[in-house]
Amino acid sequence: MSKHYVVIAEVRSEQLRQVSLEAIEAARLSAHEGDTISALLLGHNLSEQVSQLSRYVSGQVHVLDHPDLEHYLAERYCSAIIPVLESLEPYAIVLGHTAMGRDLAPMLAAHFQAGQISDVTAIHRNGSELLFTRPVYAGKAFEQKRFIDGRHIITVRPNNIPPAAEAGSPGEIVQHAYTAPVNLRTIIKDVITKASGRVDLAEAQIVVSGGRGVKSAEGFKPLEQLAEVLGGAVGASRGACDAGYCDYALQIGQTGKVVTPQIYIACGISGAIQHLAGMSQSRIIIAINKDPEAPIFKIADYGIVGDLFEVVPLLTEEFRKALA
Amino acid sequence: MNIFVLLKQTFDTEEKIVIQGGEISEDGVKFIINPYDEYAVEEALRLKELHGGQVTVISIGPPRSAEALRTALAMGADEAVLISDERIPADEYSLSVVLAAYLYKVTADVVLGGNFSVDQGSGQVAVRLAQLLNLPHVSSVTKLDIADGKAKVLRDAEGDAETIEVALPALFTAQQGLNEPRYPSLPGIMKAKKKPFHQLGLSELGLSDAEIAPRTERISLSLPPQRQAGQILQGELKEQAAQLVSLLRSEDKAI
Repeated sequence: MSKHYVVIAEVRSEQLRQVSLEAIEAARLSAHEGDTISALLLGHNLSEQVSQLSRYVSGQVHVLDHPDLEHYLAERYCSAIIPVLESLEPYAIVLGHTAMGRDLAPMLAAHFQAGQISDVTAIHRNGSELLFTRPVYAGKAFEQKRFIDGRHIITVRPNNIPPAAEAGSPGEIVQHAYTAPVNLRTIIKDVITKASGRVDLAEAQIVVSGGRGVKSAEGFKPLEQLAEVLGGAVGASRGACDAGYCDYALQIGQTGKVVTPQIYIACGISGAIQHLAGMSQSRIIIAINKDPEAPIFKIADYGIVGDLFEVVPLLTEEFRKALA
Repeated sequence: MNIFVLLKQTFDTEEKIVIQGGEISEDGVKFIINPYDEYAVEEALRLKELHGGQVTVISIGPPRSAEALRTALAMGADEAVLISDERIPADEYSLSVVLAAYLYKVTADVVLGGNFSVDQGSGQVAVRLAQLLNLPHVSSVTKLDIADGKAKVLRDAEGDAETIEVALPALFTAQQGLNEPRYPSLPGIMKAKKKPFHQLGLSELGLSDAEIAPRTERISLSLPPQRQAGQILQGELKEQAAQLVSLLRSEDKAI
């Protein structure tokens, strides 16, 4: 019997997120011929993103478009999504492992009494069985898991599964009415979008990261300039966050975020095991450090021994020339 | 105020991971309170100091998890509950059902947990539990103020800061930045020995194996491929910068 896959897509800063296209690809990798892949999108003023999304799925695009849904709120989103999912009876639900996906998926899993495999980085088919790879101990090891039975819910880690290509024919768009939950217990008072216009750390293809070596909040300036030239994001080690040079939201490591960009540039980071756990799966690692003995050099593809305050501006200049 | 804290004992984050016989070896490993759960314990103690009440720490895990609970008691928690039973599967569905079976029977004003555990890192159990208990929740909180039966919290959503108000009872998961956990004091350690410590199994919770049947299982474990040290560039810094950009372009095709 053919199965129904539903990808819960996501919009951030008015853009359809890359990880949502990766989630569609994850559904494709899991599905058999004849299975249907649909998408579900919530938010406000979504017409552009909906038509974009419809090019990637052959099934339907289900839309909940309402001012109340402009910002993610667990209670609102969950109560809006559940009736739609109940009518679609999906075999599998796929989300990005994002702030929204991490919060919403376990609520849906609990509601449907389903299993969930979080933070999936790869999907393999072994005969009729699907195996999902995910990091444990922040990437110090990897496990392969399978579903025993019941509905499948997975969240996919950004940047690991390639984004879906456009499907042959655009999916049909189905609008759903939104009804506010009766007993709403949570309300959003305020949202401060700090990351506005910036590249999201988890999804960035290039990450420029600073450690204690940046010496101050001001010391992140040259890193920000380099990230801007590269269209990348700025990250930090725990040392830099603990010292108060930057916000914990930027922290990469075993506590903090795990990133897997194409290029990771570690500036003034010595390379504690907790930090390496959060970035060692990056494709290319570049280390800049004054101390030639810093452990970061043992795992870096390229190392520059030198003061980051000299090296980073030089690199920014060279990249600017190369990318011009 | 009746506060419950979900706590997991995890590997010290400095530990290297060794796989032996298809399992992660625990030989000589130092165990700690999951760092995010430690923020949850600290926040519970602060709430108690401000509003009065009782803090109960709960863990599911092997008998060694008692050490982590004792540490939380020494920090100032009032009571500990260890649910230890070899029949409890490591699946998040099962774990949340077990915790719910315990928490159904109590009257919680606030349930606190970590944002995720640094070992399994799935971040599911606390949020699943909120749903099972029909409690509103806010995950990844960096500030928590309670007044008049309501909580006003700051939530970290990928760098965005959201202010959310929620009616109690409610569940919260702690994110870094929420607080600075205290160390257990010597008098705290002495007092902890006399505090109530309950150990339960599945039968005390009235759960059958079928009710907690796992939905997922681990098939295999592996270590990531070892990274080799690459190339330390040489020459004037300006030349090194130019060389690096050219290597990324021609060798790695990365820009």
